[in-house]
Amino acid sequence: MIVVLVETDADGVTEISLETVAFARSLAAEGGGIAIRAMVVGALPVPADAIRDQLGAHGVGEVHHVTGEAFDSYAGAAWAAALQELVAETGSVVALAAGSPRGNEVLAHLAARVGVPMAANVVSFSGLAPFVVTRQVVGGAVLEEMQLSQRPAVFTVAGHSWTAEPAPEPASAAWKERTPEIAPADLVARVVSKEVKGEDLSGSLKTARVVVGAGRGAGSANGFAGVDELAELLGGSVGVSRVVTSLGWRPHHEQVGQTGSRISPEIYIPCGISGAIQHWAGCASSKTILAINTDAEAPMVTKATYAVIGDMHEIVPAINEEIRRRR
Amino acid sequence: MTDVLVCVKRVPESSSSVVLTEDAQAVDGRYVGFTISDHESCAVELAVQIADATEGSATVLSLGPEESSEQLFGALALGCKAATLIEADSTRFGPADVAREIAAVVRAHRETGKTYDLVLLGNDAADSGDFQVGIRLAYELGLPVVNGVSTIEVADGVMAAHAEAADGQEAYSVPLPAVATVLEGGVEPRYPTIKGRMAAKKVTIEHREPAAEPVGSGRVRLTLPPPQPSVVQVLGDGPEAAGAVVDLLESLGVTR
Repeated sequence: MIVVLVETDADGVTEISLETVAFARSLAAEGGGIAIRAMVVGALPVPADAIRDQLGAHGVGEVHHVTGEAFDSYAGAAWAAALQELVAETGSVVALAAGSPRGNEVLAHLAARVGVPMAANVVSFSGLAPFVVTRQVVGGAVLEEMQLSQRPAVFTVAGHSWTAEPAPEPASAAWKERTPEIAPADLVARVVSKEVKGEDLSGSLKTARVVVGAGRGAGSANGFAGVDELAELLGGSVGVSRVVTSLGWRPHHEQVGQTGSRISPEIYIPCGISGAIQHWAGCASSKTILAINTDAEAPMVTKATYAVIGDMHEIVPAINEEIRRRR
Repeated sequence: MTDVLVCVKRVPESSSSVVLTEDAQAVDGRYVGFTISDHESCAVELAVQIADATEGSATVLSLGPEESSEQLFGALALGCKAATLIEADSTRFGPADVAREIAAVVRAHRETGKTYDLVLLGNDAADSGDFQVGIRLAYELGLPVVNGVSTIEVADGVMAAHAEAADGQEAYSVPLPAVATVLEGGVEPRYPTIKGRMAAKKVTIEHREPAAEPVGSGRVRLTLPPPQPSVVQVLGDGPEAAGAVVDLLESLGVTR
């Protein structure tokens, strides 16, 4: 069997978890029709039926819902203990999760507990015997082929490397409640409080349909007015390069890149961003990129779909003006 | 008095281009220079801050070739007081191997009377991106681990740590000793002072052999994704291109 750790948000199962289920389905087919089990943890943001139906449509046969006092707030070791129990009980040969912060953390715990390797941010697999996966390293600039010879094979799937399509033959998923016993040691490192912030944190950046980016070309902390206005006019978010947060011009939660948010908007409009590999790691999944830059040879421009060459401080206000004029 | 051990890894700078070694087992850093990851720079900063605030000490550790001394001296110049290098070919060591080696040093130091209240690592190395060494280390040492934190304060033997989640900030309160992995964003790494550099030069780095033969990472080989030919369509130069830009935005359906 294959067990997928599934995460949820206000829309139900997260997109990146559904992508992971699609990866699992491909693996299951390669293995001659291995059954897929999903595990969801804690209080659900949407009704259980909705999650069951959604996962069934994507080919999951059974959904195991883990609850109990131990799961009222997040503890990586406790989630891993529950997953470990489910993997053992089902005799699963594969355990996987999305390459999200939670997914990477819980599966690293699982791998350490079981004593097997863990491959983070897998993008594909080739063959089952031996089982070789390809994963992103150096922020996606390099790919690593890695052999996972022990069972269960434990890995996470990089976001946007698979498409979250429903199964051609949807299953009618069974729902099972579980309340595993969790050892006190697995609850020592546990979230004790959570401060939910406004909608302008990186959460909205990661899901925005339009992201307007700004880099060193903004010139100073006062150089973002045009960019802010363009994002506002398009109902999008502002994303910035690392140099901008390092200089203190904008807060870290707006950072796009290897050590910031990874975005996948319909259009990304990087203004005055040269496009270091670390930044590219965060924006490569954008469907369309329109670069605005004085340097026609900047990596961001040569990798973009469209470009306008020139000073962002002249071009962005002109675009804003044109948008307003057409309304 | 909080004694902190902070672990760093020498990795090639890779902001502009990446070249692989001939055997496709590593990134070739010979022409680009070496550094530590941004996460680790913040971990070093936190280690020094915590040591200063509690009149404790910060020790830096690395596993890698002799040249990793450069990165250890870098951390010493920022306020770490001691350094240990496990001299080894890091490409042969998988994340489980590295965790075992760090744990072996922690135990060896304990036998000489040097204990650590807190071990800090980066959330993930900039090159191998394994996302697991800190967690494996915690299991090796039988300690709790908090992952992906951006700030840490220590008081009365308890670590208060904060991690940024998609929808807010999560707080942890964990009794020491413990392990934590650090994400960039919560602190601003300091720059070395002349005085710091001078002090670093006086420190003798402890050199150790690996405690065990490595199992390896399962790496078959590294490849570079095929370069994408540039297909960029230039819409124009300067503000005159605004009309073409808005035409594009309208065709994508993103104007409201």
